[in-house]
Amino acid sequence: MTATLIDIKAEQQKVKDAIKAQGLRVLVCAGTGCVANGSLKVIEKFKELGADVRPMTHQDKVTIVPTGCHGFCEQGVLVVIPDLDVTYVKVHVEDVEEIVESHIKEGKPVERLLYVDPKTNEHVFKNEEINFYAKQTRTTLANCGEINAESLDEALSVGAYQALHKVLEKGDSQWVIDEITKSGLRGRGGGGFPTGLKWKFTAANRGGKSYVVCNGDEGDPGAFMDRSVMEGDPHKLLEGMAIAGYAIGADEAYIYVRAEYPLAIHRLRVAIAEAEKRGYLGNNIMGSDFNFTIHIKEGAGAFVCGEETALIASIEGERGMPRPKPPFPANKGLFGRPTLINNVETLANVAPIILKGADWFSSMGTEKSKGTKTFALTGEVNNTGLIEVPMGTTLREIVFDIGGGIRGGKKFKAVQIGGPSGGCLTEEHLDLPMDYDNLIAAGAMVGSGGLVVMNEDTCIVEVARFFMNFTQNESCGKCVPCREGTKNMLKILERIVKGKGEMKDLETLEELAVAVKDGSLCGLGKTAPNPVLSTLKYFRDEYIAHIKDKRCPAGVCEAMKTIHIVEELCKGCTKCARNCPVGAIEGTVRNPHHIDQSKCIKCGACLNACPFKAIRQN
Amino acid sequence: MSPQTHAGLDYSKVDEILANYGYEKSNLIAILQKVQEVFRYLPLDVMTYIGTKIEGLSPATVYGVATFYAQFSLEPKGKYEIKVCDGTACHVRGSMPVLNAVYQCLNPVVVVNGKVYPQMTADAIKIVIATIMNEEEGK
Ligand SMILES: Cc1cc2nc3c(=O)[nH]c(=O)nc-3n(C[C@H](O)[C@H](O)[C@H](O)COP(=O)(O)O)c2cc1C
Repeated sequence: MTATLIDIKAEQQKVKDAIKAQGLRVLVCAGTGCVANGSLKVIEKFKELGADVRPMTHQDKVTIVPTGCHGFCEQGVLVVIPDLDVTYVKVHVEDVEEIVESHIKEGKPVERLLYVDPKTNEHVFKNEEINFYAKQTRTTLANCGEINAESLDEALSVGAYQALHKVLEKGDSQWVIDEITKSGLRGRGGGGFPTGLKWKFTAANRGGKSYVVCNGDEGDPGAFMDRSVMEGDPHKLLEGMAIAGYAIGADEAYIYVRAEYPLAIHRLRVAIAEAEKRGYLGNNIMGSDFNFTIHIKEGAGAFVCGEETALIASIEGERGMPRPKPPFPANKGLFGRPTLINNVETLANVAPIILKGADWFSSMGTEKSKGTKTFALTGEVNNTGLIEVPMGTTLREIVFDIGGGIRGGKKFKAVQIGGPSGGCLTEEHLDLPMDYDNLIAAGAMVGSGGLVVMNEDTCIVEVARFFMNFTQNESCGKCVPCREGTKNMLKILERIVKGKGEMKDLETLEELAVAVKDGSLCGLGKTAPNPVLSTLKYFRDEYIAHIKDKRCPAGVCEAMKTIHIVEELCKGCTKCARNCPVGAIEGTVRNPHHIDQSKCIKCGACLNACPFKAIRQN
Repeated sequence: MSPQTHAGLDYSKVDEILANYGYEKSNLIAILQKVQEVFRYLPLDVMTYIGTKIEGLSPATVYGVATFYAQFSLEPKGKYEIKVCDGTACHVRGSMPVLNAVYQCLNPVVVVNGKVYPQMTADAIKIVIATIMNEEEGK
């Protein structure tokens, strides 16, 4: 490298000193979840009350830092004060004064705002001792919740752009590709394709114009990991993209973010502008001769645009429809040029790998799935939120340790993993080490990383219908198997949850599933039947209960509800029959009445009318 | 009507947006997003206009893109837009009962020959129709 690079370590020291001068730092989560819980007001209040406070730690002052997502969204608003070794949960505006007066000034913690461990019923002070965090390994998310996501200085203080600096200093793009290959990193966008190999293929076409594209579409309705990275540590993503650009010989990049993520878009824009202004992106990065520009493209609400060829079409301003591969984007991608497409989380792993080494990364995880994986843990667990664990962590650890078990002491039933293309895992999988290959073998997939926990009150057939409804809606309509197949599968599922299914429907579902999987052009159709197939495999008896007994074992499906008259209690007053809007109740005066289920519309009019409480609903 | 307006719509804003995005074909989605912010929906005439202003595009292409993405609305949206999250997590924890409750609170409006009946319920519509039938029979 001929040009002289800036001294990044000196830059880091400068900002570290500046941050030290901030005194006692109060970190308030300003991720999407906490903002919805009122964190902006909490921040305002802290700023107002903490302005002239001298903390008991003898620091000069108090500084309020709005951060990205801490992950423990269930307990928002989260307030972390590292110098006091404390994490407060569910903080409201009204609580701020007490935290300032009692803890910050006097050193007396506010017990009622501490997390209570559901198992021991004890207060927990430190973040790392809260069950939700204790078993996590946060590397991708290391800085989310620790720094002000809208400040380049804060990012620099925790080491941002040092990996890119290292790459520019070495000046060897092949070394970068080798390092990523050696690390064993696989794509986090769902497919798990080896990242180093993809970089190699794209780099083989270097010479002319090439592009890097970051896939931030995150279309699974149950996932929010990529959003949290973009919101909480945008520079880590930008740095990863720049390193990728250097490796494959690209000077221009796009981040495709769904429009439903306004905060992520805002923070990325702020980060790009600041990094360009200060020479960490743009031309002659950090004094080198490497140029790299990043643009943002907002999606417009289409799940299929997460598929890479559809995403390219969408960036080009067209309908986001997938096209057959080959040609692969590595050869012919955006605007017909060689293009590297990687997922947000994949790219967020790049800088740490370059900085800490491939061996560090590959020391985590299983044989064929290295590193950590983030999951959006939701549904019927006590602790919902964003988590990061080493690949190979078991479902049991996730649900019962990190998730704190099932809400309300109910029984675990299943986990839906991988969203609309994924499948179910049941009790028998609780001790399965979760990685790409084990999940595929179990009929599920890492997919997007959405992890929805279900209990005995969740109707599995209804969940299968929910996902089929989603994919059918999102099918772009280009290929017939997907367009028509999903429609027909949905029709059958709707019939079943309405109590109108027949046993032969199950066979038809399975036949259609094969046809849709085999015949569809892109991953949307190829995976759309997965939720149905995996629930049919593990919960066939529930389907059969809906069909044969017209019964929903979880008691969810409205149409399965029946209303009946308890003969012994019925005095034959005829009031119910007179109130029934559809004439479904038969009987003569002073004799027990009877409801004709084929006519009953379950409106409940008779229930309310009966003076003897003889009518019941189940 | 000034030459800038057509069907009562102000096109100067559209021109401004087109210029900001350099009349660039690949910016079509962003252009439509901005235009929708102005009008709260995408009027057909505006889409045709955009289709004739950008090189390499036709009104049909613009319409095709607009109908493809869920974000775009070809009909004016109401004053208040209510969105109920039906993501997987919310669905499992019961978003459908909430949606049904929204429908119940916002009983549909029924219009009979131009007469508006707000807050319609299943019982009330029976009375309305019975009244009309009686009137008809009485004639
Ligand atoms: C229907 C469909 C939706 C997809 N959605 C996403 C998505 O939201 N985010 C993503 O990163 N990849 C998504 N993918 C996978 C991408 O096509 C692509 O494989 C991925 O972005 C590559 O990045 P990676 O190698 O880093 O995983 C989707 C694929 C399909 C078929």
